[in-house]
Amino acid sequence: MSIRVFVPRDTSAIACGADAVAEKVESEASSRGVDVVVVRNGSRGLYWLEPLVEVETANGRLGFGPIAPADVGGLFEAGFPHACSHPLALGPVDQVDWLQRQQRVCFARNGITDPLDLDDYRVHGGWQGVQCALSMSAQEIVQIVTDSGLRGRGGAAFPCGIKWKTVLDQMVAQKYIVCNADEGDSGTFSDRMVIEGDPYRLIEGMLIAGIAVGADKGYIYLRSEYPLAQRVLAEAIDRARSASWLGTNVQGSGRAFDVELRMGAGAYICGEETSLLESLEGRRGQVRFKPPLPAVKGLFEKPTVINNVITLASVPDVLIHGAEWYRDMGMGRSRGTLPIQLAGNIRRGGLVELAFGMTLRELLHGFGGGSASGRPIRAVQVGGPLGAYLPESQFDTPIDYEAFAAIDAMLGHGGIVVFDDTVDMAEQARFAMEFCAIESCGKCTPCRIGSTRGVEVIDHIRGGTDSQANMVLLRSLCDTMLHGSLCALGGLTPLPVLSALKHFPEDFVLQP
Amino acid sequence: MTKRVASQSASNAGSDVDPAMLASIGKVIGGFAARPDNLLPILHGIQDALGFVPPASVPMLAGALNLSRAEVHGVISFYHHFRSVVPGRHVLKLCRAEACQAIGARAIEAHVRSRLGIGFNETTTDGLFTLEPVYCLGNCACAPSAMLDDQVHGRLSVEAIDRLIDGCGERP
Repeated sequence: MSIRVFVPRDTSAIACGADAVAEKVESEASSRGVDVVVVRNGSRGLYWLEPLVEVETANGRLGFGPIAPADVGGLFEAGFPHACSHPLALGPVDQVDWLQRQQRVCFARNGITDPLDLDDYRVHGGWQGVQCALSMSAQEIVQIVTDSGLRGRGGAAFPCGIKWKTVLDQMVAQKYIVCNADEGDSGTFSDRMVIEGDPYRLIEGMLIAGIAVGADKGYIYLRSEYPLAQRVLAEAIDRARSASWLGTNVQGSGRAFDVELRMGAGAYICGEETSLLESLEGRRGQVRFKPPLPAVKGLFEKPTVINNVITLASVPDVLIHGAEWYRDMGMGRSRGTLPIQLAGNIRRGGLVELAFGMTLRELLHGFGGGSASGRPIRAVQVGGPLGAYLPESQFDTPIDYEAFAAIDAMLGHGGIVVFDDTVDMAEQARFAMEFCAIESCGKCTPCRIGSTRGVEVIDHIRGGTDSQANMVLLRSLCDTMLHGSLCALGGLTPLPVLSALKHFPEDFVLQP
Repeated sequence: MTKRVASQSASNAGSDVDPAMLASIGKVIGGFAARPDNLLPILHGIQDALGFVPPASVPMLAGALNLSRAEVHGVISFYHHFRSVVPGRHVLKLCRAEACQAIGARAIEAHVRSRLGIGFNETTTDGLFTLEPVYCLGNCACAPSAMLDDQVHGRLSVEAIDRLIDGCGERP
C-alpha cells in the first residue's frame, strides 16, 4: 500500500517552495522505487516550518520542516518516508507544542484534510452544522448564534446574531448572504487559510446563514491578490454543487442555496461592507451612507447578511456543539476563539487560534519566540493598517475587544505585525497616512484630503520644519479624520499615527 | 535609462486598434449576461486575456451594459488591479505593506527600482518588466513577499529577488 506524504498547497508554503518540494518527493520516490502518494493538504499555519512535509504512519503523522527542495534527497537517504532521524524531523505533528497549546475550532481541519476532497470533509465532521440547521427553525438557528456571543471577525466585532435577526425579520422574498473575503489588512491571512485549506467550511457557514435568514443566493467577494484561493474556492463551489450541497434542492431538503465567487480588484476600501456591495453591483467601491443598514437594504437593495470569512466559518461548530460551548470560551464580551496571525519580524510566525484572553506578550514570546532578527521587539501593530502601534509596556493587554478599545487600540481581524528596534515610528506613521491616501475611496473630505495633508505634515515634522506648530496641526487633523470620516478608513487611520506619536515621540524629533 | 510611464488615460479609444484585440474583448463581453453587476467580472476577463484593459474596450462595455463611458472609465480607474496600457512580459508586484516593511521590504523595493531603473507602474524599455506595488499578498508570516506573474515568493532578500529577476532572462 502506498505511503501518504503531505505537502501543503497553500500560498505561503508554495511561496517558500512547496510545489518544488512536492515534485521532488515524487521523483525521488519513483527513482528509489518507493510507493508514495503525495497529498496536497492545506497549511496548519506553522508557517515558520513551511514547507512542512508530513508522512502518515500507524502512529500518526510525522513532520519534517522546513524542507527546501534540496533537502528532499537527503531526507530519503535518511530513510524517509519511513520513521527516520533527520535534523529537520519534528516528530508527531499534532504533538508540536506550538500546535498543541492552541484551541482550534475554525482551523481544526486545516492541514489535516485534502481541502477539496468531499469525503475527507465529511469524515472529519463536515456538513454536521448544516445538518443541524436543516432540523431547526430559522428562529432557533439565529437564537443559537446570538446566544453563542459570536461577533464579526472582520474587525468591527458586531454581534453576528443581531445582524442575522435583522435580516430574518425583513419580510422580503429575495435576500442575500455576502461573504467578505477581501482580506486586505497587512499581517492577516486567516481568511486565505480557510479558503485554501478548508473551503467547504466557508460554504457550509454560508449555507447555514442562508437557511437561517431565508436567503437563496450567496456571493463571496475574494480579493484578486489571492489567485490560489480563487482556484481552490472555484473548484470547491463546483464540487459542492455537483454533490448537491449547493443548488436548487440542497441534499433533497427542498431548500435552495447557491454561491457565486466574485473577484475584487485591488482596492483595500472594498473590505468596508458598503463599498464591497457597491463593487459587487459593478460600480466604483465607494462607501455608502448608513442607514440604511445592509441588513435592511444591502446588495441590490435587498436585505443582506454580510459577514467575514472567519465569522461564517465559526458558525458550523456553534451549531454542532451549541451556544454554551462556544460562549464558555473567551473573556468579557469577547466569546469563542480568535484566529490570531503572527506576522512581520517574528521568529515563529503563523496562525494561533485561541480563546480570547491570552496576552500579547505570551503570543509574541511564548508562541512567536521573539523577533526573527533576534533584536528586541519595539512595537507591534495589531489589527491591520488602521490598528494602533503598541509599545512593550502594553504587551500585557489581553486579546479582548474591550481591553484593546480601552487603550485606544483595536483587535480588528486578529493580525499582529511585529517590528524590532530598528523601526522608525515616524516613518510608520507617515505610511499610515500614505496608505489612506492611496486607498481612500474619495467620497468624504477628511479621508480624501486629510490623508494627503497628513503625509505632508508628518514630512514637515520629520524634516524639522516648524515642528511644534506642525505637531499641533497633525493632532488637529487626526481629530478631524477621527470624527468626520464616513467610514473606518479615514476614521481609524489616526490610530496608528496617534499611537506612534504617543508611545514613540522620540522618533518624531529630527536627529541632528 | 528612459522609461515608459503607464498612463491611465482612456482617451483615443477606438483609434488604431488591432481587430484581433477587439474580437477578444467582444468575446469576453459576449460570455456574460448584459447586466451592470457583471462589469468587474468582464474587466477581469479582458485583463486575463490581454494583460490589460485597452481603452478601446470602454465604449464597447458602455454599449453592452447600458452604462455611460464615464461610468465604465470610472470603474476601471478606481481599481488598482486594472491597467490601461500593455504591461511588460513579466509583472513584478512588490508588497509594500507593514508586515513586509517590518522585515526588509523597503530595502528590496529600493534595490529593485534601482536595478530595473523604473518606478512603480512603469515598464522597462526592453518591455521585460512592469513593476507594481501591492498591499498585502497574505504571506505575512513568510515576509517579505513579491508576486512574479501569478506566483507569490516569500522570505525574500535582495539576493533572492535578484535570482527571480535573473530567471526572467534580463541581463544586468
